[in-house]
This record gives sequence, C-alpha cells and structure tokens, in this order.
Amino acid sequence: MGTIRDMIAPFDFFQPATVDDALALLSEHGDDAWVLAGGLDSFDWFKDRIKRPKVVVDLGVIESLSAISESGDGLEIGAMASLTSIVNHARIRADYPLLTTAAEHVATPQIRNQGTLGGNVSQDTRCWYYRSGWPCYRAGGNTCYAAAPQAMNREHCILGASRCVAVSPSDTAPALFALDATMVVRHGRRERVIDAEDFFIGPSTDITRMTILEAGDLLTSIRIPAQWAGARVYYEKVRDRGSWDFALESVAAAFRMDGDMVADARVVVNGVAPYPVRLEAVERSIIGSRASEDLAIGAGEVAIQGVRSLRHNDYKVPMMRNLVKRAVRSVVA
Amino acid sequence: MAEVEVIRVFERNVPRRSFIKGVIAAGASVSSAGYLFRSPGLLAATSLQGSTERLVTLRVNGQQRRVDVLPQETLAMTLRYKLGLTGTKLGCDRAECGACTVLIDNVTHYGCSMFTHQVRGREVTTIEGLEDADTGALHPVQQAVLEEGGFQCAFCAPGFIMSMVGMLETNPNPTREEAAHALSGNLCRCGDYQKILNSAMRAAERARMA
Repeated sequence: MGTIRDMIAPFDFFQPATVDDALALLSEHGDDAWVLAGGLDSFDWFKDRIKRPKVVVDLGVIESLSAISESGDGLEIGAMASLTSIVNHARIRADYPLLTTAAEHVATPQIRNQGTLGGNVSQDTRCWYYRSGWPCYRAGGNTCYAAAPQAMNREHCILGASRCVAVSPSDTAPALFALDATMVVRHGRRERVIDAEDFFIGPSTDITRMTILEAGDLLTSIRIPAQWAGARVYYEKVRDRGSWDFALESVAAAFRMDGDMVADARVVVNGVAPYPVRLEAVERSIIGSRASEDLAIGAGEVAIQGVRSLRHNDYKVPMMRNLVKRAVRSVVA
Repeated sequence: MAEVEVIRVFERNVPRRSFIKGVIAAGASVSSAGYLFRSPGLLAATSLQGSTERLVTLRVNGQQRRVDVLPQETLAMTLRYKLGLTGTKLGCDRAECGACTVLIDNVTHYGCSMFTHQVRGREVTTIEGLEDADTGALHPVQQAVLEEGGFQCAFCAPGFIMSMVGMLETNPNPTREEAAHALSGNLCRCGDYQKILNSAMRAAERARMA
C-alpha cells in the first residue's frame, strides 16, 4: 500500500549454469534468495516492492532444467520447460492431452512462451489483498482482509480455509494431480520425490506459503507416470473473460473405462481451496459404476459436500457441482 | 565506450561454481540514483560511488549494442531508455497489455517482464528491426497493417505487430480464430480488434506471397 511502483528494488542477480550451482547459491543465501523461473509471478512482487529479496537466482540458463525426456515408461518434464514447449510436445499431446489442454489455458502466448511448468505450480496466490501488500496472515500479519464482513471475496475459497481464504491459481496443477504426477525436489545433495498432492499445502499447514518448498529447496522436474497415458480426460476452466484470465474454477479429470463402466478415475478441481483438491469421494462414487447422466448428477452432489461459501462467492458451489457433473458426463456413451 | 569496461567479479570463495560473468555484481549497493536514465553521453562517466556498472553486449535488431545494465533492469527499460528504441511501448508494465511485446530468438515475450541480463547472447527484435535494413522496405506485417488501417490511436500497434510476426513464425497460415488466439496477449483500448484481425489475416497473406 502506498508503495513506489514499477522501479524494482536492487538485488544481486545470479545466473548459475548448473543445478548444483543454483542449489549452492540457495543454501548460501537461505531466506534472502528468490528463485526466478519464468518470472511472471515474481515481477509483480518486485515492481510493487512488496517482496524485496536480496538475491535473485535466475534458472533461465540451466539447460538441463528445460528438458522433456522419457523416464521409465512415463515422462520427466524439467521444471523450466516453458508452457509453450509443453503445449507443442507431440508425446505429451498424444499420451497426456489433459496436460496439453491445461497448459494451453494458461494466460497468453507471451506468458506461455516464458512461463514454466515449475513456475506455474509454484506461483503464489492472486488474492488481491495479499498481492497489494496488505499485512494479512499470509504476509505475516494477524488478520484476513478477504474474510472480513465487507471484503470483496468473489474469487476466494469455499473449501480448506484456515484463517486465509485465498485460492491456488495454477491451471496445470489439477491436471498434474489427475495424472498422479510426482515432483522432484532437491535440497543440497538430497533429492525428494513428492506426490503432486503433497507438494501443495494449505494455510493450516503453513499460512505463508502455497507449496512445501522451503528456503534452499529447488523443484527440478515433474514426472508423469505412464498409468494415465491414453486415458479419457476432461478439462474445463471457467474465467470471467473469454480471452485470458485466472480461473474462477477449473476441473481436470482422467478416466479408465471398461466398456461403459468407470474402472478408475481421478477428479480434481482448482479455484475452490488454497490448494488443488482431489475429490476422492467423487471418485469412489463413480468407480465400478456404469457411466450415466444419473451418475454424473450424483457425482456433482458428492463434490460439494462440506463446502462453505463466503459472502460473495456462493456461485462457486453450483459451479463446482456442475464442473464435476460435466467431467463425469464426458464419459457417458 | 569499450575502454570503460568495469565489470567486477566477486569470487566469494567458491571457485568451482560457473556463474555467468558480469552478473555476479553488487547490485544491492547500487544507489537509487541508478534509476535515473542517464543520457548516452553520461554512460561513459565514472560509475557511482560503490556501484558496479555492468557493460554487456546485446544483440538487438541485428546489431551488437554495448549497454550499461542494472541487475534489476527490465528489457523494456533498457530498450527504451538506454538504447533509444522507443517503439517498444510500456503500457501496464505488468505482463497484461502486450504493448512491450518483442521477439527473443523469434519468440514473443513481454519486454516489461524479463530482465535485460536474461537476453544476453539471444537475438532481440523490436518494431524498429522489422523493416529491411538495406532497402527500408516495410515488413509484410507492417505493410498489411498500413493497408488495413488496423489501428486507431496505435499505442498498442508495435506490440500487436510483433505478436503477428511471432504468430507467422509458427503458423504462417492461420484461421481468423487462430489469429485471435495468437494475439490474445495484446490489448487494444480503442477496441479495434476486428480491424487488427483483418490486418493479421492480410499480413499472413502478404507473408505467404513474399
């Protein structure tokens, strides 16, 4: 609030050539370091002078981080692979069109040319109270402006709130959930492989971050296992504008069919909680059943169990119900 | 200007690391006076007390340009205020409006949302670089925009034109719908979108004939 805009505060700028060098810098500078991927999230913070890191580590010249390669019988996508390169990748389009479609729905051509898959899943929430520098819980303060009685909270969450009511903005994350993707995170020499679902954390775990990434951690790649290759998929993103915008809500789903029977399914929504939400109750309600309009209607009703809307976002409840319904309906013969 | 190369590299006792030289610099010590956009004559002046000047060579519109770049400087700032290439506009400065669109290695990027240091070694093309360097003939896209009268106030035009050029690199034969999708990262507040799309379609036609 009331900050100088557009002129970025000074910092040390590093462009390491290898992942090891990047990790060394990150452990050396700890909380002072900021990891720069595509930068589309970072630049707003810097220009508004709300985040003022002392050190910025640009991953842009580490070639190995933007590779997309075969891994076992699945795929390994470097965290710095641009969204455009994912959209244009023939193997991804053939086997995992859910990810292609999700990546295509991110922002604009210019942003997809520069924005990365790793950055898309690691980006911070777009809650404008928080983004405008209000001292809310997420910013280390002691209140949530978006849940106050007069707050404008049309885009905020209906699930998973814990003091903070912001939502996850990622378009690709629900697709990665539905494909059972895993995240490869390095810290120094240690490498962890984390389920996409465990990569995102809610405010009840840590209110100041959206993912498990801590100082010194680096998301290096995202693995897509083969199990959902060639599955029936459904993706839909609802936004205010036809052209480009963050999602109000989105749904990503993958289905294995046995005739007209749902043999296995993943149904994931985003824009409803501080993290993408896999709807296991919905999955249980449809697995083993014949795909039908009634099944789709039932799935929609199961999806919205336990939701709680804020003053201006009750529209998100029927929207979530209908997105889930449409996803399930997509496999009705 | 070549003799005032004052890139300082701090070793920081980490000899085995391979950083790109010239960017390891004490950006934090650059005084806020560094934001003043100095005229080219002053660029060669003594550097500010305690600051580190970084003279880098950029490839812009087919030329090698030596320029003094702060670590936190955006490409749009460098192009406009250091290199005098004011055809690249700053509208929102927030990766929303597309007025600053430039080509980096023939791919469209928002000039406001990348650091100048990130384009070292890459080919930057701005609106000034589209015309034929020898004959001065307009690029087919510029010619098409001229013929269609595609813009009203035309503040957004350089960005749109760069997006059209970028689109034709990957899709020389777009449908009107594909063109709209390819230009969706640019905004026109005059609302001339239909005429802009007419221009894009004519541009594709002209580029195919060229």
